[in-house]
Amino acid sequence: MTDALLIAAGIILLTVAVGLVRVLYGPRDVDRMMAVQLLGTGGIAALLLAASATGVAGVENVALGLALLSSFASVAFITASTGAGKPEQTGDQ
Amino acid sequence: MSLAVDLFSLLAIGAGVFFFLAGTVALLRFPDSLSRLHALTKSDNLGLGLVVLGLLPRAGTPLSALKLIVLWGLVQLSSASVAQLVGAALRRRGAAE
Amino acid sequence: MTLFDALDLALAAIVLGLAAWTIAAREVFSAVVGYVAYGLLLAIVWVRLYAPDVALTEAAIGSGVTGVLLVAASTRLGRLPKAEAPPGAALKIAAAALSLIVAGLLAAAVLYLPDPAPSLAPEADKDLAATGLGNAVTGVLIAYRSFDTMLEKVVLVLAVVGVWSVAPDRFWGGAPAPLGPAAPEAALVFLARILAPIGIVIGVQMFWVGADDPGGAFQGGAILAAMWIIVMMARLAEPPRIGSGWLRLALVSGPAVFLLVGLAGPLMAGSFFAFPAGFAKPLILFIEAFMVLSIALTLPLLVAGPPSREAGP
Repeated sequence: MTDALLIAAGIILLTVAVGLVRVLYGPRDVDRMMAVQLLGTGGIAALLLAASATGVAGVENVALGLALLSSFASVAFITASTGAGKPEQTGDQ
Repeated sequence: MSLAVDLFSLLAIGAGVFFFLAGTVALLRFPDSLSRLHALTKSDNLGLGLVVLGLLPRAGTPLSALKLIVLWGLVQLSSASVAQLVGAALRRRGAAE
Repeated sequence: MTLFDALDLALAAIVLGLAAWTIAAREVFSAVVGYVAYGLLLAIVWVRLYAPDVALTEAAIGSGVTGVLLVAASTRLGRLPKAEAPPGAALKIAAAALSLIVAGLLAAAVLYLPDPAPSLAPEADKDLAATGLGNAVTGVLIAYRSFDTMLEKVVLVLAVVGVWSVAPDRFWGGAPAPLGPAAPEAALVFLARILAPIGIVIGVQMFWVGADDPGGAFQGGAILAAMWIIVMMARLAEPPRIGSGWLRLALVSGPAVFLLVGLAGPLMAGSFFAFPAGFAKPLILFIEAFMVLSIALTLPLLVAGPPSREAGP
């Protein structure tokens, strides 16, 4: 059973890593970001499977931390790429 | 009993793996950003959700099972919000081009 | 080779490939995306090496906050006129050669370690009970190498001062520009409103359990910092004025409390930075609480950047 879980973790990880090819091709930055988002979610799933299979303490916490932060970088990218926070734009509204 | 539970876990996790595979294939093969976004959110929710569902029976304590569910809820929230933001950004950029 | 060896090789190959692409990427934005992905994969590598504390810190600070910092920096750089010519081929080759040499030396050092590799882990574990802690990483950080960790906190404060000092003189004391657009998307506001309270609870919990399980001040502080950054991006809060007294006090509270406890060491336990037996764990948690506060303030201030408006009347 634990072997099956670890195999599943490996498959998910390799799958979303292959999705990183989208980071290579784009064509837009949004596509690259989406690949990173998928990597994050796949990483969480793989970590949860590994935590259940190996029983190493703390791996679930890493998954929880990743879950909190998975949107963080994406939100920052989108906010930055839509031209937010420029000093000369504040006070114009 | 335990065999049935293990079988359920394996089935759910297998389905989760399938959704991750489907999501990646879609990310690589769909023609434009919006459809790729659609595929991404499906695999985010269902892929992780099925994996969590499969792992719930294996959770040691009710607290750790709750942790798994909260984790999935957080990922749902974040990925849905990010999908909305990406969609809005794409539409804005599409209108501008 | 076993299944795990194959998986490890695949992971290593992907990490190296991604790193190579990040270096070769044409645009700064794309390179930052590659860097964030690289950080996520590294976090998984750390888990594979049985180091969950480091994995959490890598995911939070290395990939998350640093990624946001790089995006903010690249946005600011994009607005500046291109002042100088891009580096020539000679410089690029020299940089590549130097990096390869350093990486090669590190790889050789790891590969030629004697088997079993020399390690202080057994000694660290042996005396851990005296500190009352269950997590050896926290023990090393706050008990065995406490002076190091305190100095690292001082470095963080210095970094913030360095970032602030980039501002023109007339802006000193003012507030940095807002992190988000004037009319943020409703989805972003929704996310910030719901995620931030949950994130705060999880961040505090992660700091608290760090005494006995993987976690600790860095990880908890980084998660709190990420929550505050999201709240500022959703315009639910604004970056504070850098001249405000409470901000400066809270920023230095981490290293200050650490130093005070260390200076009280001779009174309490006989030597500088010593903890009294039996009272070590509450004292360590007390120090870590202020460290969490410092980190949770420092990282968002680094992302917010130098002040860009006057201090006001």
